[in-house]
Amino acid sequence: MHLSLWQIFKPVIAIGVISGIGLISALLGDGIWDGLSWLCLAWVSALGLYYLFRKQTSSTPRISE
Amino acid sequence: MTPLSLKRWSWIHKWSSLVCTVFMLLLCITGLPMIFQHEIGAWTGKMVSAPTLAQPLPLVHLDRVVTSAQALHPDKTVDFLFREVDEPNVWFAALHDTRVKEHEDATLFLDARTAQVLTQPKLDEGVMYVITRLHVDLFADLPGKLFLGLMGVLLLVAIVSGVVLYAPFMRKLKFGTVRRERTTRIKWLDLHNVLGAVTLVWLLIVGGTGVINTWADLVIKLWQYQELSAMTAPYRNLPPPKQIGSVQAAVDAAQRQEATMSPAFIAFPGNELASPHHYMVFMRGTTAVTSRLYKPVLVDAQTAQVTASRDLPWYASTLLLSQPLHFGDYGGMPLKIIWALLDLLAIVVLGSGLYLWWKKHRASQKEEKNHALESVANL
Repeated sequence: MHLSLWQIFKPVIAIGVISGIGLISALLGDGIWDGLSWLCLAWVSALGLYYLFRKQTSSTPRISE
Repeated sequence: MTPLSLKRWSWIHKWSSLVCTVFMLLLCITGLPMIFQHEIGAWTGKMVSAPTLAQPLPLVHLDRVVTSAQALHPDKTVDFLFREVDEPNVWFAALHDTRVKEHEDATLFLDARTAQVLTQPKLDEGVMYVITRLHVDLFADLPGKLFLGLMGVLLLVAIVSGVVLYAPFMRKLKFGTVRRERTTRIKWLDLHNVLGAVTLVWLLIVGGTGVINTWADLVIKLWQYQELSAMTAPYRNLPPPKQIGSVQAAVDAAQRQEATMSPAFIAFPGNELASPHHYMVFMRGTTAVTSRLYKPVLVDAQTAQVTASRDLPWYASTLLLSQPLHFGDYGGMPLKIIWALLDLLAIVVLGSGLYLWWKKHRASQKEEKNHALESVANL
């Protein structure tokens, strides 16, 4: 199986867009804007920590290297 | 991707990363406590918050703040006053010696409502000072800043080339796959890829704004050359005034000119951001974005008349807006904690990259050695 470029980059782009919203929204205002920023960037950092510390290997079948 | 272009991008990624990684690790590690520098400063007494008063008081006449600062340092004069956007009741005052050329600076925090001196911190000593200098300029002033800026550019190159290389590595892997059951090298390769992808945009922004911040001195120089000199041009050939007028009168004049803004930074006559004849009052806006930007208002120090005022040029505004995006100080404590987490993840990306290079390097060295042994054996 070969993934297309779109399939490879779709998750990367999604995380990037959410990071971007998080980075910019706290600049635009306080209150709800800060909240949106925390939500987006906390999700991004939690995702990183999840991949870093997840114990079991991916549940999806491994494809040859 | 053709094998040739893969080879080229690998070369770009390898060398841009190798050169900058040690410095980026230093920046990530020193940057970690700097995210919390306000909290650490409050704890060590280097920064203060306005004390709660029994009765709320209006802001005191600014000349009293100056008198109060100078009472402690009769041989010095005030160079500038500054207040943080979220601490409007505290003035930070910097004074410098009028007599000695290699001037000994004094720094004070004063209550903007009572003119009382709150604290007199020594800002050029202590652990945080060392950490900050390592982060900002490696104790090497402008050359150090520009060098770190160059390392930052290499980081951006490494990130972009890393994105290009991500595709061929991920052709057969679902996003986020970490092959822990395989060799340590493969596990860390997968972690390098997925954590690189997760921190991509944050690292691009923090790296890019960091590079812009290394040009701060140059931006100020350019502003002085292009804008300040034009604003003060009519006074260029006049002898310096004997008597300096009231700073409150100057700020009032600036306030009348920019009614919706509030004074943030006041450069006194003789400061390099003002002129011998003028106060320069930098007004900041009141919305989330405009409070990061300044409008300089030039006020004649003797007549208290506004003589010039112009918006900051784009390069200065870019610098000012890039600062919060680098510091992560624009969304309260939760954002600072997130900033620290992303910083730690970036350290893992850098460290794993270094590890992967070392593994590969050693493997190819071994291979070369084997080749050499073989050719010796074949002789």
